[in-house]
Amino acid sequence: MNRNILEVRGLTKSFGALLASDNVELQVREGETHAIIGPNGAGKTTLIGQLAGELRPDRGEVRFAGEDITALSASERARKGLARSFQITSIYADFSALENVMLAVQAHAGHSFRFWRAAREERALRSAAQGVLEEVGLGARADTPGATLAHGEQRALEIAMALAGRPRLMLLDEPVAGMGAEETQRMIALLATLKGGKTIILVEHDMDVVFSLADRISVLVYGRIIASGTPAEIRANPEVRRAYLGEEVAA
Amino acid sequence: MSSRKRAIVLAIGLLLLAAVPPVAALFNQPFYLDLFRRIMVFAIAAASLNLILGYGGMISFGHAAYLGVGGYAVGVLAHYGVYNGVLQWALAIGASALVALVIGAVSLRTSGVYFIMITLAFTQMLYYLGISIEEFGGDDGMRLASKSRFVGFVDLNDANAFYYLVLAILVLVLFLGHRLVNSRFGMVIRAARSNEARTRAIGFSPYPYRLAAFVIAGAVCGLAGALLVNHTDYLTPEFMNWTRSGELMFMVILGGMGSVAGPVLGAFALLLLEDLLSGWTQHWQLVLGPLLVLSVLFFRRGLAGVIFRKNE
Amino acid sequence: MNFVLVLEQTLNGLQLGVTLFLMAAGLTLVFGIMNLVNLAHGSFYMVGAYLATYFTQLTGSYLLGVVLGLAGTLAVGVAVEFVALRTLYEREHLDQVLATFGLILFFNELVAMVWGRAALYTSIPDYLSGHVDLLPGLRYPLYRLVIIAVGLAVAGLLWFVVARTRLGMLIRAGASNRAMVSALGVNIRLLYTIVFGFGAALAGLAGLMAGPIYVVQPGMGELILIEVLVVIVIGGIGSIRGALAGALIVGMVDTLGRAFLKPALATVLSPAAAQAAGPALASMLIYLLMAAVLAFKPQGLFPARL
Repeated sequence: MNRNILEVRGLTKSFGALLASDNVELQVREGETHAIIGPNGAGKTTLIGQLAGELRPDRGEVRFAGEDITALSASERARKGLARSFQITSIYADFSALENVMLAVQAHAGHSFRFWRAAREERALRSAAQGVLEEVGLGARADTPGATLAHGEQRALEIAMALAGRPRLMLLDEPVAGMGAEETQRMIALLATLKGGKTIILVEHDMDVVFSLADRISVLVYGRIIASGTPAEIRANPEVRRAYLGEEVAA
Repeated sequence: MSSRKRAIVLAIGLLLLAAVPPVAALFNQPFYLDLFRRIMVFAIAAASLNLILGYGGMISFGHAAYLGVGGYAVGVLAHYGVYNGVLQWALAIGASALVALVIGAVSLRTSGVYFIMITLAFTQMLYYLGISIEEFGGDDGMRLASKSRFVGFVDLNDANAFYYLVLAILVLVLFLGHRLVNSRFGMVIRAARSNEARTRAIGFSPYPYRLAAFVIAGAVCGLAGALLVNHTDYLTPEFMNWTRSGELMFMVILGGMGSVAGPVLGAFALLLLEDLLSGWTQHWQLVLGPLLVLSVLFFRRGLAGVIFRKNE
Repeated sequence: MNFVLVLEQTLNGLQLGVTLFLMAAGLTLVFGIMNLVNLAHGSFYMVGAYLATYFTQLTGSYLLGVVLGLAGTLAVGVAVEFVALRTLYEREHLDQVLATFGLILFFNELVAMVWGRAALYTSIPDYLSGHVDLLPGLRYPLYRLVIIAVGLAVAGLLWFVVARTRLGMLIRAGASNRAMVSALGVNIRLLYTIVFGFGAALAGLAGLMAGPIYVVQPGMGELILIEVLVVIVIGGIGSIRGALAGALIVGMVDTLGRAFLKPALATVLSPAAAQAAGPALASMLIYLLMAAVLAFKPQGLFPARL
């Protein structure tokens, strides 16, 4: 249970003159919750994009469970068990919460070149999706259209859609973005229940979330990982303090 | 309005359509039989476009091409003495599917404005191809040698029988379409339209699904083309004129995208409007043009949205 | 196939190319800067041809007719932008396509109402008709040479304006960040109107120059518009450089194809087969070219903005 499920080596990407990812090295162990933090403009979005398969790196490789997935598209990676949630909520606004999750389940439940039977009536899809909604606390909101959900509920739906495919690795991009204090606590509680069973890579700004959930933390500054280790190690790391944490590292 | 009510309203509409031949005969107005039959053929074509445009969000500006392919399949076979309807219509559907496969395979690799322009360009290519083949009348087109023959089944020369055949096909297309858009396949298509990034993130690559939808839509429109050429008794490249494509798009939009009945309403609205306006003035496009512009600017929910009070 | 014939057709291809460029430049500018798909662009081509013809007949002077025709097309363009298109900038492309489609119907019918549906008689003034001896054995119409010259001059002018003037800088800036340019106090609306009007005028210029060669009748704009779309797709949407490259390529391929494909086929196929297949293939050539370009470069040859 201690092998690396994700290995990133020498990942480099430039946008014209801007070097967004500078030889990124990252190892994520199976089953751990690994946070990636860094100041704004550090290149977190670019990194996530390259891990998820939306961006092609200029150089370097990404290995998932030992397999080189650098050339795989986002949908291929998802089918291999790499799920993600988006920083800016990206759900199906016109579908209900249940339909949202059913689609995510459907992607991992056989092929979808089926033209006759109504997907809505597939009991297996429904119950699996309902189960996931219960897990994230949206069980009662199954039939609510995505657009009508409250912001916090939509963020929970994002998590649900990542969970639905029973992924091996979840890539969560700022799950508490735009949430108030109470909602954030709820999300932390939810993510805590997922820990241990799943490998989670958590990109976050909110230090509460990071320090209460992360087993290990990597710090990204100007496109480079400058430190990687346990929360205690990171707190104590002088380079990190200088580059990023500053006064915020209270106890 | 619940889906049950929608189904009832649709059923009433179809029953009214079924009543047209006897009513037209009663008032000795065969013109209306002809008119409604023509509208239904275009409704079938619009319904096929609805799959990829209304539900799939693919702005294909070249859909009229398949009316041409289907029509020419029938017309060309008839020209060479093959009148068997089954053979003709099978070729119409098959050839349209093949053309759609080729055009779709190239076009669907692009998106946005490129996609619109490319689908338009390919249609025009087929149009020019049609014009340049002198054997089939060039840009004048040619008369249909004989209507498709379905020995022992239906005689297309019988106006009423032909009418009911078209109606039956329309009902079948709507029904199959309804099942299709709610199937697993349909959900992926709709999801890809609603949020493409999300669709990829959960594990679907939209391209193969969209291509399949494109082919299905092309095939059904090819069938509409076979019906159309039998209706007009004349074969012309104008079937594929890009303004035809624009009309089909308007039928889908005016009718209300993403609803099964929408294209039928749209076809009736647009073609009846054209019929009405052309009765007033030969310059009816002068009025229709601005009306279409206004409808786009102010009336985006479409007729289905108004009648069925459905959210877009 | 002799050298003179090839040279003559090459020049014809160049002439078609610059005509396409004049239209493509306006269309691609409007798309690149305002993100507006304007299918009614072909209507400006038509309006330019009709107005120039009308004013020439009215005033008796070709030059005056051209100037007034251009001015008239510019005015029509500005009016259309003001009345119908402003609301479309924010709308999705589908709405723009449909709305401008409605405009096409309107303009075609308007022109038919005023001037009839039959092709209009246009003439070239004496001082522009006649031939020039370019080479021994090659007599080429002066008028077509003038078109080529005007087209290339406009291309140069466009490059100059966009790359070297303040207006061009505003255009390029507006293309990449509307809000910012607007916040800097530049009147974005006015900028858009200027760009749109200019594009319409270019299309009108193409129309009035090409009219006497091809045909002046309702619907003439749409015939060439499709080719212009192919040009833009091949060249890259939003790029003037792409418009020029695409236009010249399409102009050449189309002209040379129509001229030489049938004879070329006849060397390998029977005359009857070449007769049947030649024109058909020739008419499909530029679309096949477009498909080929897209297979390798889905964004066109020069997709960078302007």
